[in-house]
Amino acid sequence: MRSKVLIHNHGDHVGVATDDISKDEEVVCVFMDKKDETRVKSKNGIPLGHKISLKPIAAKDKILEYGEVIGIATSNIAAGEHVHIHNLKSLRL
Amino acid sequence: MTTFWGYERENGKVGARNHVLVIPLDDLSNTAAVGVERLIQGTRAIPHPYGRLQFGPDLELLFKTLAGFGRNPNIASAIVIGIEPNWTQKVADAIAQTGKHVEALSIEGYGDLKTIERASRIARQMVQDASEVPRKEFDVSNLLVSTKCGESDTTSGLASNPTIGVLYDRLVDEGATLLFGETSELTGGEKHIAQKMATEELKMKFMKIFNDYQNEILSRVPTVLGSQPTEGNIKGGLTTIEEKAMGNIQKAGHRKIVDVLDYAEEPKKKGLNWMNTSSAAAECLTLFAAAGAAVHIFTTGQGNIIGNPIIPVIKVSANPKTVRTMPEHIDLDVSGLLRFEYDLQEAGKRLYDLLFRTASGRLAANEILGHFEFSPTKLYISA
Repeated sequence: MRSKVLIHNHGDHVGVATDDISKDEEVVCVFMDKKDETRVKSKNGIPLGHKISLKPIAAKDKILEYGEVIGIATSNIAAGEHVHIHNLKSLRL
Repeated sequence: MTTFWGYERENGKVGARNHVLVIPLDDLSNTAAVGVERLIQGTRAIPHPYGRLQFGPDLELLFKTLAGFGRNPNIASAIVIGIEPNWTQKVADAIAQTGKHVEALSIEGYGDLKTIERASRIARQMVQDASEVPRKEFDVSNLLVSTKCGESDTTSGLASNPTIGVLYDRLVDEGATLLFGETSELTGGEKHIAQKMATEELKMKFMKIFNDYQNEILSRVPTVLGSQPTEGNIKGGLTTIEEKAMGNIQKAGHRKIVDVLDYAEEPKKKGLNWMNTSSAAAECLTLFAAAGAAVHIFTTGQGNIIGNPIIPVIKVSANPKTVRTMPEHIDLDVSGLLRFEYDLQEAGKRLYDLLFRTASGRLAANEILGHFEFSPTKLYISA
């Protein structure tokens, strides 16, 4: 099955859709470094370039991408959910 | 060692283009400068809205930017036109330090029409002289390249920016001079840039510039959110300035940063240089061109169409929708990276080849489409 999600680093909470993803799609996610895979079932439609959560994230938890904190969750996020500005906010000014 | 075919200037710098530039010193002189450009084929004018009643560092930066354009190795010769002679001569003198042919004309006492005629007669000869300058073969160490990303999205951080990183590493190793900047868009990734500084002194200099910028923003507004990330960034999947910064800094590659430069400052050291710049594309590219960049490499996700009047802007995108819907703007499609059709090393090699072809004369999309944005950075209000 063709992968539709790339993950920058092991330990990241989110991956990036490299194609449009439909709701309830079983998605193959590939890690950039070692090319190994993980799978997640999408809970929403996710447009190309947008992020999908790979694991459950609790509200106020820091969200990792590139192995770095890119912000905090503003609500509980389930695995497979669309992660965007509605549930992720900056820690900077 | 890879070589390219460039134009050698009087001061030993090497250009990728051979323009005759018509520089208006001030907004009042735009009409005359554009008048010359219309009459004389092979000239390029750079109209702008500034140059009157500026003072202090803001005025100095305008002079540095205008003179920097004339000094750029892509310029064979230049004419500076201003409303009055003193400031005009100041910019012309800074250009003349390079040894290239420059003339200064002022409009007061002549009017536009006589000024256009005088300048056009000079420009006619300059274009003919420039047409006899041959391209010669130079090695990569003579090349000054700059980079910036714009209308970025997550494909920039995944693919197009890391491609620049691969290219930059190779160019540093081969002795070229490289520029990157975008102070505001390092927010969230600034510690990674600080760690790349070659010395503790450079690290402190960088952090001071970065913190001054943050304080400048905070002195005016409670937050940059709303302008950072941009609407286009968000549409493309980016969420926070931290995420945008992590994508952005992939361009810098893995080598140490050898110097921290002020706005439009010409680099003194070969290798990777960081310059304090705005992250607005036209302003940033204007500062790099003023610092002497001969070729610029610009990555885009959602499709920023920026160009520059004097340096070719090679546009790279990894967003399959952008390369499909806006193909006329894209010089290199690296969207195959997202599909594992090739790896980053291969994408970097393709970009490296395109860079040398462009430096040797291949036109970039922006040059063919007429994207010649010239936007001097203004530091504060005029008197």
